[in-house]
Amino acid sequence: MARSRENRKIKQHIMEEWTGKVFTSLCIVLLVVTIFSLVYFVATKGFSSFIKDGISIGEIFGGTQWKPEGEPPFYGALPFIIGSFSTSIMAAIIAAPLSICAALFMVEIMPKIGRKYLQPAIELLAGIPSVVYGFVGLSVIVPFYRDIFPGQGLGIAAGATVLSIMILPTMTSIATDALAALPPGLKEGSYALGATRWQTLARIVIPTTLPSLMTGVVLGMARAFGEALAVQMVIGNAPHIPRSLFESASTLTSAITLSMGNTVMGSPQNNVLWTLALILMLMTFVFVFIVRCLERRANR
Amino acid sequence: MKKSLILVMTLVLSFALAACGQGNKTNNAGGGTNAGTTNSATGDTGAAGGGETSTSELSGSILAVGSSALQPLVDQASKKFMEKNPKVSIQVQGGGSGTGLTQVSGGQADIGNSDVFAEEKLDAAAAKELVDHQVAVVGMAAVVNPEVTVDSLTKDQLVQIFTGKVTNWKDVGGPDQKIQIVNRPSSSGTRATFEKYALGTKTEDLPGAIQEDSSGTVHKLVSETPGAIGYLALSYLDDKVKTLKYDGVEATEENVANGTYPVWAYEHMYTKGEPNEVAKAFLDYMVSDEVQNADVVELGYIPASKMQVKRDLDGNITK
Repeated sequence: MARSRENRKIKQHIMEEWTGKVFTSLCIVLLVVTIFSLVYFVATKGFSSFIKDGISIGEIFGGTQWKPEGEPPFYGALPFIIGSFSTSIMAAIIAAPLSICAALFMVEIMPKIGRKYLQPAIELLAGIPSVVYGFVGLSVIVPFYRDIFPGQGLGIAAGATVLSIMILPTMTSIATDALAALPPGLKEGSYALGATRWQTLARIVIPTTLPSLMTGVVLGMARAFGEALAVQMVIGNAPHIPRSLFESASTLTSAITLSMGNTVMGSPQNNVLWTLALILMLMTFVFVFIVRCLERRANR
Repeated sequence: MKKSLILVMTLVLSFALAACGQGNKTNNAGGGTNAGTTNSATGDTGAAGGGETSTSELSGSILAVGSSALQPLVDQASKKFMEKNPKVSIQVQGGGSGTGLTQVSGGQADIGNSDVFAEEKLDAAAAKELVDHQVAVVGMAAVVNPEVTVDSLTKDQLVQIFTGKVTNWKDVGGPDQKIQIVNRPSSSGTRATFEKYALGTKTEDLPGAIQEDSSGTVHKLVSETPGAIGYLALSYLDDKVKTLKYDGVEATEENVANGTYPVWAYEHMYTKGEPNEVAKAFLDYMVSDEVQNADVVELGYIPASKMQVKRDLDGNITK
């Protein structure tokens, strides 16, 4: 009697184990299948412009003329690639010092106020939808730049400004985690040797956490690289390499969102947009790869 | 324990792969299943199946995809239609004219909404299979920033502005101010219409020109940017932007309807072959007086029934 009850109990636990295992395995399989089919889909679509439509790789990566509807059509995506890189790098340049300083303030200087007020405020930024950023950019930043600088206000500078605010939360939270994970002994040792707070921060804290801080910067850049809507609203979308930061330009994402719905699936115009998507995806892989390398350095 | 886990994993994997394979097949065939799966996020999986019609009451579901310019009208009309026919479900989605034409041609959607003739986007064979239903007309006008003193531009002047030959307003009788073009992307149906009927020529994307796809953004930029010129559908015109006369003709509904103002386009709802019962009933409803005289006018379109002139694909106008 007692034994059978025990048996039942064991059986119950085995069942629990099983359900858990099957469920998690299912989730993982689903994830892996999704990722692989996505990559496969974008890759086949993206390569079809080279294979089916016979557009040369050199033209896409090196051409500066984008006239997919023209006679003859030109498919030079260099303006978009340059636009994407310049906006995301500029956004990172603006956001990195801000976020690192904010993280230092929250962790090292005033942990109480920082944790209680500043951190939720910055995390709130992450929850604002990108269309709101775009609209604020169009209503506030663009007129501001238009009044101060020559040009129409729209352009890489406006795009980078909007993006820098968008990527601030990503960078700050990663920087905060990195700083908080620093072994206290390091700082204490530095203070014990008579170093001031500035010396401790500048010579001990930042150099030791640099790889992790860089991880945050790269992840922020990756986010900026892939952002479409907010950038599209403020960058102007002219398919040309701009002569100034305040002249209408385009990014890979804005080119895709602008034309994807208007072109017919399977046409060369549409396929070449998928090629742009493929370039975007490959760039994301590069970013992930850089982050991996940085993490490995941080762990060493 | 471990063996059975592996067994389960293999089973799951093979199921997943099998499902994938099937999905691809139906995708290639352009079958209804594909649309069903892609639309499952929005809830209605039966949409693409097309109306399973009953004999007594109209029932079934249809999916209308495409032009964002036409979407508000179809959306509003579909709601009224569904109130009258409770067993019918109509889903209206945007996505652009290209998407609408692709999906109706591929069979994923029952109705494809488009700003342009199918022949202009699809290849001839695919376009031939589609049946055109012209439900409304949209007029378009060139608009400028209110501070620009120019009232009227001729066709030649517009062409010179949009091709970059004239870059200052003083050359067309305005103040000494740089012209800022606010254009649409080259794939846009609105731009195609404007180029075809207002300019009569294709234009290139000029360096420094702004391109926006949404009429709201174009309106905002033209109203705020000094020296800006763009073009908008008549329903977007208000006193924040200044509407230009085209060759001296004012952009009004009457002038479009009687054929004196040439910059307008049909809004098309395409079906593949003849529409099924539900789609046909809905399309009939779209062109009925009930919609044409109420929703169409209310949303700023021009009723197709009011047009005194007709225009074919090549732009030939007949009275």
